[in-house]
Amino acid sequence: MLVFAVVFIAPIVYSLYISLFRAQLVGDTQFVGFDNYVQAFTDAQFWSGVGRVSLFLVIQVPIMLGIAMVVALAIDSARLYGKDFLRIAVFMPYAVPAVVAALMWGFMYGPRFGLVGYVNDFFGWSLPNLLTPEWILLAIGNIVTWSFVGYNMLIFYSSLRTIPTSLYEAAELDGASQSHIIRHIKLPAIRGSIAVATIFSVIGSFQLFNEPSILQSIAPNAISTYFTPNLYAYNLSFSGQQYNYAAAVAIIMGVITMVVAYVVQLRGIRKDES
Amino acid sequence: MTLRNTAAAPSPLVSPSKSRASVPRLRTRKAPSIDRPRRSIWLTVVSAVVLIYAILPLVWLLISSTKTQDDLLSTFGFTFGNSFALFENIANTLTYDDGIFVRWFANTLLYVVVGAGGATLLAVMGGYGLAKFTFRGKKAIFAVVIGAVAVPGTALAVPTFLMFSQVGITNTPWSVIIPSLISPFGLYLMWTFASQAVPTELLEAARMDGSSEFRTFWQVALPLLAPGTVTVLLFTTVATWNNYFLPLIMLRDPQWYPLTVGLNAWNAQASTVGGQAIFDLVVTGSLLTIVPLIVAFLLLQRFWQSGLAAGSVKE
Repeated sequence: MLVFAVVFIAPIVYSLYISLFRAQLVGDTQFVGFDNYVQAFTDAQFWSGVGRVSLFLVIQVPIMLGIAMVVALAIDSARLYGKDFLRIAVFMPYAVPAVVAALMWGFMYGPRFGLVGYVNDFFGWSLPNLLTPEWILLAIGNIVTWSFVGYNMLIFYSSLRTIPTSLYEAAELDGASQSHIIRHIKLPAIRGSIAVATIFSVIGSFQLFNEPSILQSIAPNAISTYFTPNLYAYNLSFSGQQYNYAAAVAIIMGVITMVVAYVVQLRGIRKDES
Repeated sequence: MTLRNTAAAPSPLVSPSKSRASVPRLRTRKAPSIDRPRRSIWLTVVSAVVLIYAILPLVWLLISSTKTQDDLLSTFGFTFGNSFALFENIANTLTYDDGIFVRWFANTLLYVVVGAGGATLLAVMGGYGLAKFTFRGKKAIFAVVIGAVAVPGTALAVPTFLMFSQVGITNTPWSVIIPSLISPFGLYLMWTFASQAVPTELLEAARMDGSSEFRTFWQVALPLLAPGTVTVLLFTTVATWNNYFLPLIMLRDPQWYPLTVGLNAWNAQASTVGGQAIFDLVVTGSLLTIVPLIVAFLLLQRFWQSGLAAGSVKE
């Protein structure tokens, strides 16, 4: 069993090691040292991508987790009609591949045979075309939110259910209101899950690739080749043949992601202790 | 918490036959405070809005897949078109371009069975080993696993591609399967699950009775680990089934595409010059892509829900 564990861990370590090393190894063929990294740090396109995903992160993640939390609390409160159905139905989008999700929403956004056009015609509104450069980030945010609300909701919900009922009874005896119970019992009790969900969402935002990549064929003008850092790395290596530079970009992005995730984790832990 | 999970462990014995969403939950906790909480219309309304948000696109997809391409482009999204072409669409999807869709479907199945199945097997064994054996360097391994959970697959994809192209296995199924075999999150989940669901005393008793380590694992531990295993299997299946980035960069030959990459290729076909727009096939193909997963989730909901609960307990 010990051997098994080690054999299993080894590939992870190995692939991490290789992935970190590869860029430098490739660089070694015509030795450039850290030039790729220097280049990336002064690359305006790269940083515009980073800025875009950061903006995305700051806006989309709180909204998504907020909705997930409200639904989880609502289901947990046992004050709903049809909560089992609700739980499953809200979770379902998680099983939908990002490709399909992006295509569906892309079609619905689209002015050609999308819903936006119909709603505009029908009500005489002028909803903006979401597939334009100004709105595309919102469009992507909506797709991502749709895909992962249910997943996060389920994480919150499962951890809410592990809170011992006796706590509620005690609180009730002390005359605590529902909002008190939520604020002082439920939320602190599931802080760990909140931290986990936040970390995963942060990682997801920084690694944003699928949705913009797919929407690109529907809205070619709205999404540039450097829209997100991942998309940039992809386009560098597969359209531009700049493998070394692409690897440097990917690694920088990986490091940034890990640092941010780590900071979030630290904050979560510190809150736990206080 | 431990109690909850050991209590949850025998649940695989419960038949998952009643698979509809309205299955009454076992052990449903009574209302938080009062025995019978009043149902809240307001909360229900709020949740209903979220519900509609979640389901609406799927409804759209279902309705749209019954339309011909002309109707798709000319009729309102949430009403049926002038035709009911679902079955023609399915037939067209399956036969277009010499049945390439079927080929993609088979590829996806291959990647899922080998990749996700292998990942689950490794995660279960590894998680069990880590949870129930003590050895030197365990802390370091824990740190590595946690670190690996935080490293997203997409960040590794480009370096992995470079590595694989050196070895010369890009554009083969292996290039998709091998990276799928590693699931740090699955390992982490199994680890926490195994440390709670398998009592150490039980293992000791088995060893006292002269059972080999291997036999102890298969006959004592594995049944107890079943809910966690199903959870990991489902989530690795979803991850593999829905994977897009990895196959996109690894594979150049459409013969090896999984469904996701193939669908996007169809969609992109419309925007290339001289390409034939086949939106009806894209829509129907999308529907066919998600149906198996949704069915799997509905059928196995009892398992993954208890498994997920176990994973989130440890914090």
